This record gives sequence, C-alpha cells and structure tokens, in this order.
Amino acid sequence: MSLPVKARSPNSPATWLASAMGMALLAWLLYKVFNWAVWHAVFQPDAAACQALAHQGACWGVIQEKARPILLGHYPYESQWRPVAVLVSYASIGVLAYLAGWQRVASRAGLAVAMVTLLIGSIVMRGGVLGLSTVPFDAWGGLPLTLWLFAFSLLASLPLAVGLALARRSKRAWVSLPATVLIEVVRGVPLVTLLFMAAFMLPMLLPQDRPVALIWRAAFALTLFSAAYLAEVVRSGLQTIPSEQSEAAAVLGLTWWQTQWRVVLPQAMRAVLPTLVGHAIGLLKDSSLVMVIGLHELTGGLSLSLGGDPIWRPFYLEAYLFVGLIYLLMCLGLSRAGRALELRWAKGLH
Amino acid sequence: MLDFLSQPAGFDIGETGLLIYDASQPLWRALLVGLGNTLRVSLPALLLASLIGLLVALGRTSQSNLWRRLSTFFVDTVRNIPVLLQLLMWYFLLVEWLPESNQALQLLPGIWLSKGGLAFPWPVNDPVSSEWAWSWPAQDTFNVLGGAAVTPEYLSLALTLSIYTGAFLAEVIRGGIEAVPASLMEAAETLGATRLQQIRLVLLPQAWRTIVPAATNQYLNLIKNSSLAVAVGYPDLVSVSNTSINQTGRAVECLLVMMAIYLSLSLTTAALMNWFNARHALRGQA
Repeated sequence: MSLPVKARSPNSPATWLASAMGMALLAWLLYKVFNWAVWHAVFQPDAAACQALAHQGACWGVIQEKARPILLGHYPYESQWRPVAVLVSYASIGVLAYLAGWQRVASRAGLAVAMVTLLIGSIVMRGGVLGLSTVPFDAWGGLPLTLWLFAFSLLASLPLAVGLALARRSKRAWVSLPATVLIEVVRGVPLVTLLFMAAFMLPMLLPQDRPVALIWRAAFALTLFSAAYLAEVVRSGLQTIPSEQSEAAAVLGLTWWQTQWRVVLPQAMRAVLPTLVGHAIGLLKDSSLVMVIGLHELTGGLSLSLGGDPIWRPFYLEAYLFVGLIYLLMCLGLSRAGRALELRWAKGLH
Repeated sequence: MLDFLSQPAGFDIGETGLLIYDASQPLWRALLVGLGNTLRVSLPALLLASLIGLLVALGRTSQSNLWRRLSTFFVDTVRNIPVLLQLLMWYFLLVEWLPESNQALQLLPGIWLSKGGLAFPWPVNDPVSSEWAWSWPAQDTFNVLGGAAVTPEYLSLALTLSIYTGAFLAEVIRGGIEAVPASLMEAAETLGATRLQQIRLVLLPQAWRTIVPAATNQYLNLIKNSSLAVAVGYPDLVSVSNTSINQTGRAVECLLVMMAIYLSLSLTTAALMNWFNARHALRGQA
C-alpha cells in the first residue's frame, strides 16, 4: 500500500536516498543488537559470568534460571505438572483447531468446547477432586493465570456484551438508560481504577464470612471492562443489519428473541469479526494490569521472580524480552487466526 | 461524605510539578497534584505520540520497500506487547543502564541525562531583581544542579505512552490517508495542481475527517494508560488516590472521586471531538 498519489518511479533519487539511509540505520541496529544479544552474550545460568559482562552483552542464562517462577508464579512446586499439563493441552487444542480450520471452530459449538476446556483446566489447576490436592486460588500464577483471566473474561463478557448492546438499542428508556450509563462509565475510566475497585471495594460489599479470592475479583473487573467495550462493538455490528431482516423474520412468525438469536446476531457478529479479534488481543494484553493489585500472572510473575533477587535483578531486561516475546507470539497467533477466519468467511465458505 | 477531602493529607508526594504542596495540606490538594501530574505526563506524550505516529505512517506509506518493512515491524512489535511490560522495561533500562548522576550524560548543551533523570534549562524568577532569566543545569560533584529536571519515572512513562500510542496513531493516520480515493488526486493532477497542492487541498482535508475521531480515541487511551504510573511509582492521580486509600481507609469515596475525575476528562474530550466533527463532517452528499 502506498500514498494515493501518483506513484513516483521507484528509482527516483529521493527514494534511492531514503532506502540507502534506511539500509545504513538497519545495518547499524543489527550490528549493535548482534553484538549485545549474540556475540558478547552468556547463555548459561552463570551469575558470575553474567556480572562480568557489565551490560556489554546479554545474560540469557537468567531465563533458564527463572523460567519456572516466571511461567508458573508461586504455584506449589510438587504440583507444577498440573499447570504444565493444562498449558500443553491448551496448546494442542489450539493446534487442532488450526488444523480443523477456524471456520468450523468459530461457531456456537466451538464456544461451548472453549467453555468446557476452560472449566476442565480450572478444575485441574484447583484440585480437590480425583485425589488432586487443593491449590488455593491465590497461589495461581504465571502463564496459566494470564490465559485463565483472558479466556474467562472474554467468554463471560460475550453474552454480557450482547445483552448490553441489545438493551442500549431498546426504545424503552428504563432499559436503554442503565445500559448506556454502565457502558460509558466503564469506558470512561482506566482499567486500573476498576481493578482497584475489585481489590478494595468489592470485599466490603461481599459477605465477610466467605471471602472471594482476588483472582475472581480481578476476573470480574476484566469481564466488566471487556463487556463495556465489546457491547459497543456488537452494537456497531447490529447497526449494519438492515431492518428488512427483522421484518422478514417477523413475517415468518419468529419472536423477538428468535429473530435476534437466529437472524440478527449471527450476521452482526460476522460483520464485526475483525474488531472482535482486535478486542481479544487488547484484552490479552490488558490482563497484565492485574499485576498492580498484586497478582502474579505472566508480568507479575516476572517481577515476583526477579524483584527480590539481588543476584539476577540486573538482568531484568533479558527476562522482559523473553516475556514480551511470549505476548508477541500469542497476540500475533490470535491476529493470524482472525485473519484466516475473515478470509474464509469472505469467500463464503461457511 | 466528602468532608474527609479537606482534612490534612498527611503524606508527601515525590514530585509536584509546578504546584506547591506539603503533607499538611488538605487531601483535595494532594489529589489535585495527582491530577496535575497525570496531565503533566499526558500532554507532552500526546505531542510526541502524534509526531511518532506521523513519522511511522510516512514510513508505512513510503515508496521505499525497506522503510515500509521497518515501520511495519515497529508497529507490529509495539502493538502486540502489553503497555505495562513496555513501561517496566523502559523504567528498568533508565535506572539500570544510565550513568550515575555524578557523571551525567550531556545530550545537548544544557541537557543532562542520568539515573537522576533528565535536566534541562528552565526560566526562574530572580528574587533580588525580580527578573526572569534562564537557569542552565550543570554537572556538580554529586548531582546535576540548576534548571529543571524530570525523574526517571516520569521519563519512562512519557516515553512508553508516546511510543505505544504512536504505533496505534500510525495505523490511524495510514488508514485515513488510504481512505482517500486515488482518483481524486489524479483529478487534481489533471486540473494542473502541483503535488504539494494535491496533498494540501485534496488529501489532507479528507484524510483529516477520518483521522480525527479515531485519533481522539487513541488520545483518550493515552490519558487512561497514564494510570499505569502506579506500577513505577510516578505520583499520578491513581497513585495519589491509592496512597489516600491506605492513609484514610475511605476506599469507596477515594475511588469514586478518582473515577469521577477520569470520567469528566473523557467526557470533555468526547464533547470536543463531537464539536469538531460537527464542524468538519461532510455536509450533504457529493
């Protein structure tokens, strides 16, 4: 893609100069990065060798040394095979879904499978059944917690968002007004304030004798946040459906609920698919914010494992790059999946 | 219910910007300092983000293959890593990799960078002659003295917000430019308009219309993302409210005040955008 301006010939002196400058910049950057990340780097978890580097080279050993607490938080050591098993099975389900083709997965059946998978994963993490020891929710952490928060809040916010969007479009003010106010207030404040609300305010409103674990309260805040944004996405999709559709449905004798469920919503969701994928990616990234209320998901797990360690603390950057790469791969995977689904639907193969 | 706001705050704030504040002042002054700090980091970041966005959008629409690839790589990387992680990364880089403040790095004449922060010239009022003059920072035995300075917390937050929002703005600007049909530019060319005239009179007025609403959303996101300050200890509105909650125990009230302030910031911006839209939207059909 380029400017909608009459194309200059690609060989014009200006283009040539720009390319040459870019090439020089790229060469310099690559040289610097190679020097630091490969040439002078230490790849073994050897603290003395790393310290001797004085930041002239990367210390990749920190990842081997700290991978466990970063990826799993402070989940009890002897039970760590459980989150690992959950991660492996989620990854294989993702691969299977990819092989089966996303158009078959992104259906109501696919959603149901996702919910069952999430439930089974949560039970394995939590334990208390089948002879598995019970692991308190507060001990969950690392990548499994990131994925759990993401999957739970996305799945829970979907129906909530559809409800809010339908309510906001209602002609009855007592239905549309509360929905509008809720959506606009949640969208108008930063996620951090909602998380603080979940951390400080919710415990006062909930019964004191049975405290709710922090990860559930964080998941509640994320769900509310996601639902408000998603409601606007769904609403914009609803607006693309011409009224003839619901009129035709009415002629066929469908009730209002049937019309929405079988005629309007499937088309609306399809229309907003790219935005929906973008929202999911945003939510995955935003789940890192639960760190500020003291949860040790992937980002928090990193601070947990390096923050109090005087030996490995100087090599935070390498660990940040490692975690950043994990997020990058997950987000790019999501966006790739979304694009594949979009292409199939565009071709009418559904 | 809100009378606790006029009680003494009882805690100090690390940096107060241009406002004067100490622990004996009422709580609402502390919150005001927090709001001031939020704006003090957001507004320069807005400008820098727009600049980055424009440059990267130019790169993405460049004729040169290499620049297009480089800027696409930048956008894809920055947009797919959580902003909190980027913030922590920059903060760590600044406090770990920069030289100590007794041997600060001189970037430009009068601009010093070190673990102590960024020092730059600032006008001060001489108490004797009561005239305004520039104070230039200079390296001293232990510190950089004179001028004004911003902390590493401020720097990392401003930098992260600019880069992160800049990457999103680049896509907004590119989308706006590409939404203008090429045929319009060709028509202008046929009418004898120069290339500069084509851009100024045909491309920009129409691209503007698509860009402004989407860019406003990104600006709002930037202001809301500045609340991540709490993770690096920059005393923005959220950090100060958080301290107030711990000091007074009035969680509900403090949270409501904080949310009300953010909400009014958002609503004001949205109102401004609507006003702009009403003035610049298409009137009638072509």
